[in-house]
Amino acid sequence: MTVRRSIRYLSKGRVIEVADFAPTATLLDHLRLERRLVGTKEGCAEGDCGACTVALGRLVDGRLVYEPINACIRLLGTVDGCEVVTIEDLAEGGVLHPLQQAMVRRHASQCGFCTPGIVMSLFTLYATPGRHDRDAVIDRLSGNLCRCTGYRPIVDAALEACDARPDQRPDDLFAAHAAATAVALAGLTDAAAVFVGDETRFFAAPHRLDTLADILEACPDATLVAGATDVGLWITKAGRDLPRIVHLGRIAGLDRIEETAEGLSIGATVSLAAAAERLAAWDPDLAHLFRRIGSVQVRASGTLGGNIANGSPIGDSPPALIALDASLELWGGGTLRQIPLERFFLAYGRQDRRPGEIVTRVVVPRLEAHHAFRAYKIAKRHDQDISSVMAALRLTLDGDRITEARLAFGGMAGTPMRAAGAEAALVGASLRSAGGWRPALDALRGDFTPLTDMRASADYRMEAAVGLLGRALAEIAGTPSHKTRVFGLREEVGHDAHA
Amino acid sequence: MTRMPEFPPVAAPRSAVGAPLPHDSAARHVAGAAAYIDDLDEPAGTLHVAPGWCREVTRGRLLKVDLDAVRAHPGVVAVLTAADVPAVNDCSPSIGGDPVFAESEIQFWGQVVFAVVATSRASARAAARLAVFEVEAEKPAITVFDALDRGSDVLPPYEFRKGDAGAAIAAAPCRFADGLAIGGQEHFYLEGQIAFAHPREGDEILVLSSTQHPTEIQHVVARVLGLSDAAIVCECRRMGGGFGGKESQATQWAVIAALAARITGRSVKLRLDRDDDMVMTGKRHDFRVDWRVGTDETGRILGVDVDFLARCGASADLSQGVVDRTMFHADNAYDYPAARIATRRLLTDTVSATAFRGFGGPQGMLFAERMIDAVALRLGRDPLDVRKANFYPSVDAANHGVTPYGQVVDDCVLPDLVAALEQSSDYRARVAAIDAFNASSPILRRGIALTPIKFGISFTLTHLNQAGALVNVYSDGSVTVNHGGTEMGQGLYVKVAQVVAEVFAIPVAQVRITATTTGKVPNTAPTAASSGSDLNGMAAQIAAEEIRDRMAVVVAHLLGGEPRAVTFAGGRARLGDRDLSFADVARQCTLARVSLSATGFYSTPDITWDRAEAHGRPFYYYAYGAACSEVVIDTLTGEMRVLRVDILHDVGRSLNPAIDLGQIEGGFVQGLGWLTTEELVWDSRGRLRTHAPSTYKIPTAFDVPADFRVALWEDGGNRVASVHRSKAVGEPPVMLAISVHSAILRAIASLAPGVVPPLEAPATPEAILAAVRAVKHPVEGAPA
Repeated sequence: MTVRRSIRYLSKGRVIEVADFAPTATLLDHLRLERRLVGTKEGCAEGDCGACTVALGRLVDGRLVYEPINACIRLLGTVDGCEVVTIEDLAEGGVLHPLQQAMVRRHASQCGFCTPGIVMSLFTLYATPGRHDRDAVIDRLSGNLCRCTGYRPIVDAALEACDARPDQRPDDLFAAHAAATAVALAGLTDAAAVFVGDETRFFAAPHRLDTLADILEACPDATLVAGATDVGLWITKAGRDLPRIVHLGRIAGLDRIEETAEGLSIGATVSLAAAAERLAAWDPDLAHLFRRIGSVQVRASGTLGGNIANGSPIGDSPPALIALDASLELWGGGTLRQIPLERFFLAYGRQDRRPGEIVTRVVVPRLEAHHAFRAYKIAKRHDQDISSVMAALRLTLDGDRITEARLAFGGMAGTPMRAAGAEAALVGASLRSAGGWRPALDALRGDFTPLTDMRASADYRMEAAVGLLGRALAEIAGTPSHKTRVFGLREEVGHDAHA
Repeated sequence: MTRMPEFPPVAAPRSAVGAPLPHDSAARHVAGAAAYIDDLDEPAGTLHVAPGWCREVTRGRLLKVDLDAVRAHPGVVAVLTAADVPAVNDCSPSIGGDPVFAESEIQFWGQVVFAVVATSRASARAAARLAVFEVEAEKPAITVFDALDRGSDVLPPYEFRKGDAGAAIAAAPCRFADGLAIGGQEHFYLEGQIAFAHPREGDEILVLSSTQHPTEIQHVVARVLGLSDAAIVCECRRMGGGFGGKESQATQWAVIAALAARITGRSVKLRLDRDDDMVMTGKRHDFRVDWRVGTDETGRILGVDVDFLARCGASADLSQGVVDRTMFHADNAYDYPAARIATRRLLTDTVSATAFRGFGGPQGMLFAERMIDAVALRLGRDPLDVRKANFYPSVDAANHGVTPYGQVVDDCVLPDLVAALEQSSDYRARVAAIDAFNASSPILRRGIALTPIKFGISFTLTHLNQAGALVNVYSDGSVTVNHGGTEMGQGLYVKVAQVVAEVFAIPVAQVRITATTTGKVPNTAPTAASSGSDLNGMAAQIAAEEIRDRMAVVVAHLLGGEPRAVTFAGGRARLGDRDLSFADVARQCTLARVSLSATGFYSTPDITWDRAEAHGRPFYYYAYGAACSEVVIDTLTGEMRVLRVDILHDVGRSLNPAIDLGQIEGGFVQGLGWLTTEELVWDSRGRLRTHAPSTYKIPTAFDVPADFRVALWEDGGNRVASVHRSKAVGEPPVMLAISVHSAILRAIASLAPGVVPPLEAPATPEAILAAVRAVKHPVEGAPA
């Protein structure tokens, strides 16, 4: 087995090799403190403000793709094999990038502190082929906070630069060098296991499951990371020292998405963005829900496996996946087992994951013609907020009659959980009149005893959950969603539905 | 009438003032080349500081602090406590009560007890968590009601009276009473608090601080260290946002960094972690308001009686001015024939509330607008009609109104401005369309509101209305300008440069803007109260005119003629048919031994304020504006979306319409956050639970409606001789967002005509649903 004792990334066409770094070193500290590239800012150090956004270039199916990430919580070791583009790289020979020029022309900066991050997020949109409309721009900005401008001029600048037809959009430096960059990135690809440090403190990125097993056997307390969008905060916010970090991102096969007989199989290190792209095609509510998980930056780094494995009671994907009857595959100690996803969450902060075991994939049965699916998220803010209540349901229908109901909720208990009483009340019920489903709304009140916290009170959570179930049933019974929701409409009516 | 937000690129503006020039740092901002303090090179040996505090206790007696583990942590160079303060352990901007380090008492959750100085930021922060505290905990007072129970006021109660409000209400045909809780707001400047102190010659210290008030930093550092003001220089090139949060709240960090530099003899940087920043620094005041009003049958107000309970936190800080400004704006745009406006300034065991864009005004105005809405809903009238019936008379009316504090409102442009917006926003037709929509929509409800603002411009602490500037012209004709104002993104620097360029008739690019420093312009006011360009623009203009007048003498001498016949235009000085380039003029002045450096000083004329008598003219003028917002709410979940916003805002004659537009849009969206998504949650133990952007939600791009129409109102100019007849624009637009809250209220009210929904601020989904449920299922015996 080859072991590489450094990481390598591409910067302005140059390979940067780093052989000596702490396992918890973040990309942001590396850029600002080691390389003195101070254009990238730290605003919050928890991946919520976007001031630290840089673009990561990767080869996806041989094509060069740029994605925005939060450098503040991205572990340095995990950018191995990527191109890292920072704000310093955009202007060439003193000439601003077309996007930067548009930002100046539109008066899109005031205090300027969020600006580099915003430019980098929008740069990844500029670098994405095709035209990009207002919704795409707003989504691309979902992880960038600006406290000064009110965003209007930023959105205008982005549209000016990114909404042109591709043949009218001037090639930037990056497009011009894409072929050379792809070659350089391919040159960084190897089949080596990365190990930096010693047995007491290390960053390891095994390339095969058996190597991972060896590491976990020797160090069962090592911290597993994929995108580190959660673990990053243990470091920057909780101040935890994590001496042994194992990155799963290099393990071959874990990043695969496949259609199987059981459904869609999503590998543990598939990013939330990549998973969303596939699931979004199944149902508009899945598209809308995944668009509201974290931000573009978080979805580019964060993985579906991580969103499940960290066991948060308010993780947004588990309720939807539980409603879809997804199962989880775990691997460890040489054995592979598959369990229904809902059984993985044992209690608050406790999951059915044994020492040395990792989540390898999630299998999601496809939605069938006789299924009706809905998913809703309630939060104080539409974009990049953690839900106070999540509701997802899949009804199996026989005409107007409900033959099976899977209702899963987040934020209502210590774990994502199904509403057993309401499900029972729905089976056999008719959708034809509201009277048919009313008992389920009452039953739901008996299914949960939610808590009060800074996101919402127990009372609100219950009322909203009942409201969401009522909304879902009304919609499935035929009420169009422009009469039941203020955003995330299912009809192809765009955002003018209410105007 | 109005100017729309499309600006053609202006290559060479005919005139510097009034041109929509970009922010002076725009190109550097977008390239990541604008340096903030944390970006500056660190001298060899630079040390880093982190504050230490007790996470377990909100209030209590500090018995013992064991710092052994802190000192033993690798990299730690020094640990500072109150015992290390050479002179005065207080960094208050006002009457005291803000210890740099807690001594015997912990007064709120997040109060700094000590500071760690270490060789790296990471080491300092890690060590700061290792202290062991022994504290005798006491039950904290968290809410205004806790403070009332305890009887703790941080400042004396204060009130305005006009006529006999009680009698007027008693005699009124219609009488209404209600109350409202108004939440606070975290500034969330993107650049957190930071200071970088460098020891210099002898006892001198240079402090780089992200501050709106370099003079206060200078003075307080000197006071705490027992040095003369002259030993300290405070400099600030730019802030990554301020919003009032760096008016008094930047001081403590600068003081600690300076103290550490003094003790260690090395350069010392202190940058707060975001969570520490949100826990340790003050926020907008939250309020409980209770009011009674008497009106006639049409909603014309006859008397108002209102009590504001302000939660001021653990010290006075700037609360006197803030809560006074709440009172100054409790009338908003409305002429109350009789009023009693009373305030309590309550001391709670929470971080001291502080300045925030609007400085208390927004809370006063939100009350006024809620009261008007309540009157309209109860009387079944359109709220806009009730608003119009109560406006102060127009600027050209025969008789002007008088505020509850005695100022004559003689510049009111609202009748015209609101009429224009009512028309351009198509208000009446949309009201009808919304009524029709609501009649057939059981789940979703829409609402619309058109609300005005009137905001008083001047510091109400009269002596702060002064500014100084230093203008230097070099012999090649290039110019530097320096003034007391600070740049926090609001575009002050470019506006002042435009004013100076206008005086000399040279391109703005020829005027170099330099960092604000107490070494060049002393004893300045904070950049606050929207006054930055009014005060500093005027001071710079005076300085530039002084130099230009000296130049005219030289030109007249050279070309033969009278100095007053010399004109400056297009980069040249002209006398008769002869002229000289500006650079030639500068060179000739140097040869003629004429000074090309001048200071300018400005103090706002005509303002008076007798606080004891609660009477005077505290404001030089008022800025006006209005917004019309439409929303849709979901009555099952309380979710809300803003559908359209129209704004018409009074900027006098704009110095820079592009900058002003940015202030209006940005201010509106910040106000939108305050009133909708931004909720500060303290638990029952007084711990702030929303101390990071993961839990505290400022607006994102999604929250801003696609249909957002903003226009500048320049018809009115400015009746007073402000700089180029412009009007201040920093704070007023925040309050345009009250239209959103009012529209939400109206959407809820559609469920039960005649009932006033008990909608609190911020209108989170939970607050909206609570108000929906209250009007759908009224509690037996509650007032209808």
